[in-house]
Amino acid sequence: MAASLSNASVKFGNFTALSDISLEIGAGEFWTILGPSGCGKSTMLRLVSDLVPPATGTVEILGKTTEAARLAREFAFVFQDATLLPWRSALKNVELPLEMGRKRGIQIPRGDRTPMELLELVGLSGREDALPHELSGGMRQRVAIARALVCQPKLLLMDEPFGALDEMTRDRLNMQLLEIWKETGVTCLFVTHSIPEAVLLGQKVLMLRAHPGRVKEVVEIDLPEPRHVKLRETPEFNRYSSYLRRSLEDC
Amino acid sequence: MAVIENLPETTKVETTKVETAEAETNTPAQVPSLLPQRLTNVAVPVCTAIVLLLVWQFGVRFFEVPTYIAPAPTDVGAVLREDFPLLMRNFWPTFTVSVVGFFAGNIAAILIAVTFVHSRAMERAFFPMAVFVNTIPILAIAPILVLIFGPGFTAKVMIAGLICFFPTLVNMVRGLQAVSPQTLELARILSASKSEVFWKIRLPSSLPFLFSALKIAATTCVIGAIVSEWIGADVGLGALIIDSTFNYRSPLLYATVFMSSGLSVLLFVSVTITEKLVVRW
Repeated sequence: MAASLSNASVKFGNFTALSDISLEIGAGEFWTILGPSGCGKSTMLRLVSDLVPPATGTVEILGKTTEAARLAREFAFVFQDATLLPWRSALKNVELPLEMGRKRGIQIPRGDRTPMELLELVGLSGREDALPHELSGGMRQRVAIARALVCQPKLLLMDEPFGALDEMTRDRLNMQLLEIWKETGVTCLFVTHSIPEAVLLGQKVLMLRAHPGRVKEVVEIDLPEPRHVKLRETPEFNRYSSYLRRSLEDC
Repeated sequence: MAVIENLPETTKVETTKVETAEAETNTPAQVPSLLPQRLTNVAVPVCTAIVLLLVWQFGVRFFEVPTYIAPAPTDVGAVLREDFPLLMRNFWPTFTVSVVGFFAGNIAAILIAVTFVHSRAMERAFFPMAVFVNTIPILAIAPILVLIFGPGFTAKVMIAGLICFFPTLVNMVRGLQAVSPQTLELARILSASKSEVFWKIRLPSSLPFLFSALKIAATTCVIGAIVSEWIGADVGLGALIIDSTFNYRSPLLYATVFMSSGLSVLLFVSVTITEKLVVRW
């Protein structure tokens, strides 16, 4: 199991953000997370990534506590905006995880790929010296993905990473992400607002219910691999989409 | 499907054609008008300044205003030329006090801002005091510092430094806190230590804020230096201002004022150039 949550809940003061979440996320799987606004999708990623502690229950990553997994760099996080450091070049931003955490004395794992090769993997070779403001929104997000991969994590947590991008860029990055997922074998947990994106990317779609945030259902997406954007025009795809839309409506 | 595909495409092609044709006719007409635009941008303020100087020159001569009340620009120009060694002799001490005060005041402000950001208790204890000191006019605080430290270099640097201190403190605190919550989450996921967050994230992201404060300080430190030389100093542009005022040497006074603002501009430009080199994002 890449991650397993059992009866986990998150409270902010008196407010229950997530309640009684139990999930088993298998190694190498691609999960997308859907749900109405405020249902705790982001909080769930933050729970898994040791940013917020569980109030009750347990969260384990590869059989370790979330803290141990964080110190071992077992997971990486991609935020909605790229959160690149504006004074660092693309390459220097990708190298950031290799420089941080040394003072804590943690062993920083180095992936098989160098930061330069990772920039090539996300299609940014030749732009390694560019500063973030010289790159487009899609390029910045690709740098962020390369940065997330630099320590070769087993689990990739993505919080609406393509939410702010235009449709065409989003399609291209979705396909690129699927290729990276296939090539690296990383487990993905991908939060999105978009039903088509959730169906296109996910092997499993986790539907959350709001007030308090809890699991509504897990929908297995049985579509042929490798996935392609053309898949969206097929009747099966539309069947999944309309099912999820109905499910989202009565959340 | 076929109808939808055919129809809009033909219209689209036509519209784009019209647009490019328009653009082509427009551009050659705009290019020649751009160069005079740039010239006017420079010429208008320069001409205004020349006209004002001429009005001043002829006004003073026409109404026969005595030189000790208001000297003509030519009188000031003559002093700038003839008394240049005297002006420079007084320029360098003021320059030194300004620059040393600039560094002392700003370094103190930066260090205190760093402690404020790391300790809420320190901020709560000392920030009101910093505000209080800032509310005292520099003219009132200068004699106090001269009484404490004597009329030497130390008191002058203290006064020039004090005037730089507050804007830099406020901006630096804001700059060090201007890190997005997501960036801090990233740092936590990377298990970054406090010092790594400071050196690799907080400090660089505060630099644009720091430089806007340094630009203010570059001009105010000269004011501080001049005020400090009003009290018991015998050299410096401040002392020369007092001396020439009391001796009714108005052209020299004007020339000294001109030199002081030149010093401010020099320091301001140095800070601006440094900013361009350092803050490249």
